[in-house]
Amino acid sequence: MSPHRSTGRAPGAQPSSGERAAGHATFMGMPPFPEAAKSAVEDSQMRHNLRLATGTIRGKREAVVSELDDWPDLRQAGKAIKDRTLRHLDTYLEQLEEAVTAAGGTVHWAADADEANEIVTGLVQATGESDVVKVKSMATQEIELNEALAQAGITAYETDLAELIVQLSDDLPSHILVPAIHRNRAEIREIFRDRMASWGVPAPEELSDDPRALAEAARVHLRERFLNTKVAISGANFAVADTGSMVVLESEGNGRMCLTLPQTLISVVGIEKIVPTWSDLEVFLQLLPRSSTGERMNPYTSTWTGVTPGDGPQEFHVVLLDNGRTDVLADTVGRQALRCIRCSACLNTCPVYERTGGHAYGSVYPGPIGAILTPQLRGTASETEASLPYASSLCGACYEVCPVAIDIPEVLVHLREEVVARPGHRAEKAAMGAAGWLLNGEHRLDTAQRAASAARSLVPRRMPGPASAWTDTRDIPEVPEESFRSWWRREGAAEAPEHTGDGGDEDAQEGGRR
Amino acid sequence: MRIALFVTCVNDTLYPRTGQAVVRLLHRLGHEVVFPPSQTCCGQMHYNSGYRREAQKLAVRFVETFADADVVLAPSGSCAAMVRDNYPRLGEPGSRLDRAVADLAPRVYDLSELLVDVLGVTDVGAYFPHTVAYHPTCHGLRLLKLGDRPYRLLSNVGGIDLRELEGATECCGFGGTFAVKNPDVSAAMGSDKARNAVATGAEVLCAVDNSCLMHIGGTLQRQRAGMKTLHLAEILASTEQEPATP
Repeated sequence: MSPHRSTGRAPGAQPSSGERAAGHATFMGMPPFPEAAKSAVEDSQMRHNLRLATGTIRGKREAVVSELDDWPDLRQAGKAIKDRTLRHLDTYLEQLEEAVTAAGGTVHWAADADEANEIVTGLVQATGESDVVKVKSMATQEIELNEALAQAGITAYETDLAELIVQLSDDLPSHILVPAIHRNRAEIREIFRDRMASWGVPAPEELSDDPRALAEAARVHLRERFLNTKVAISGANFAVADTGSMVVLESEGNGRMCLTLPQTLISVVGIEKIVPTWSDLEVFLQLLPRSSTGERMNPYTSTWTGVTPGDGPQEFHVVLLDNGRTDVLADTVGRQALRCIRCSACLNTCPVYERTGGHAYGSVYPGPIGAILTPQLRGTASETEASLPYASSLCGACYEVCPVAIDIPEVLVHLREEVVARPGHRAEKAAMGAAGWLLNGEHRLDTAQRAASAARSLVPRRMPGPASAWTDTRDIPEVPEESFRSWWRREGAAEAPEHTGDGGDEDAQEGGRR
Repeated sequence: MRIALFVTCVNDTLYPRTGQAVVRLLHRLGHEVVFPPSQTCCGQMHYNSGYRREAQKLAVRFVETFADADVVLAPSGSCAAMVRDNYPRLGEPGSRLDRAVADLAPRVYDLSELLVDVLGVTDVGAYFPHTVAYHPTCHGLRLLKLGDRPYRLLSNVGGIDLRELEGATECCGFGGTFAVKNPDVSAAMGSDKARNAVATGAEVLCAVDNSCLMHIGGTLQRQRAGMKTLHLAEILASTEQEPATP
């Protein structure tokens, strides 16, 4: 289920000028969440794949988190470090710029996606290369860098295994950590067999769906790319302000290939990725792997500081990306979303995400964190973004597992208030206003309850209009013969006479004071 | 002890049996129950849907209604959680509402908290010779952190056969207006919960929140699954002399 998917473009087939680059699915124009979710929950294959995958990661996380006695303390420390950093973000950003520059790197500032894409395109063009390899990166997905590079005739090759699967199949990522989580291994075999050849080294003739064989095919396919490409683009999980060091955590080693082999390295990093010092980083190197992949320690943690003569890329650029983040920072309730370290624990635990998959969220940031981050980064003016804060039952499972204690339900409710404050939603506002009036008077409520009880035999099993959203799949409860308060006046009064007696003015509260 | 009952609007209107069971149970345990009649609704639906002002008005009504109560019992996990967890976010810091909430909220309890923590009883002398599976509702589980209190109460019920519910801690998909704003996802979650409930082989699915049970029960009923739902209060109120029927 990915709209705006176009036929894949083999690399080298340059788009003619003015032609929109083909071969790149985007999230633009996705329908609002309930609509996208409807088709998603009907896809039993995807439901099966997701149930299996999220269930497995959930179990692994649970096991490695529960073995630590000090997990709640670590979580509080992570939260506190991020909050402190965000409070003094201006200072730390300048410190980072100074340190990166001193270490031989160049810092660029990008206010939005267009500016960032322009900077990166210019930097690649300056090298004279037309191919780049990419380390898995959310920030570059967020700004749709691959699409922007394609416009300039530059092909970006994803090297993370899951991102490769998504790119080969001209699909969209559906998970932060495991972008192809919606695919099973049989589907992946088909994608490799059909598409690898048009992007480079083809898949072997007799490719099976054994995970080992699939990984080997990807390895052979990517190896050629690593050896021949001179420019790499990455994001960063963390940027350490006092030394100007970048940190990338990954599981495959493919990221390290990109970070070490090419001549030029360009990192696009959200401004909230800063941690002040290496001792702050230590906390996150414990929190992130356990929360995200369910591992005690991350397999490939790469760090680099500027350039080192004769070792690794000889040119290093970091593009510090705002793209809505300072607006989020200005919101006292919503800013906690900037603590996010992109671990995906909230996705893996979310009962809504497990049933809809990531595409329904219309953004590279799906799941609970996406439901609060996307509307904050993009605003709630459009129907799609405005639908996201409602993509949750507020069950609170996300908050429980978040390693930096982001109270996602609190922010969801806060964003719902923002959506309600906008024009529109007239029917709902009228209904909520009426309900508010009815409930703010015990006599009004009593009258309504009597009316409902009197008409109890007339309530249809299936309701028309908006109420059908309930009765399409659920029976409605029978209206009782009388309400509790009506019963209490008769029966309860008999047992505790001094505490009964309804009466007095509608808005006076003396009935309740004793 | 004199216990002020906040029956909640859902119980008041649709599930008076739950309120009556609470009264019967507390009387049996020797406590006095009062029902301040000016009570209506905690405002949870309005708050969770983004209608803060309406929620504030209902919060003001709640704190005024129960200001003098020693303890308030809300036989609904999510309503008790609304008062304890969300009311403190409703008033401006230092405002009248804010101060009233700070004073009252710690005295508002769910049924299992009231029994176990305040009244210090885990065996309420109930008798319910049926198979029961317990669904820990999200707000009871994660906001009130009820833990094993409901299980301890249930396991002391005479004749009961408690069954373990697979995927117990997963949300049933009710979520208030979520159920109608995202009906397809809500139904998908509800049908999984119903399937797990049926798989226990129990006669009754029990919870501390009738709104969740309205959703799960409505799903079971639509599927003609033949499984009943009952609020914890109704099982705890049941005795050999006055048995509740599943």
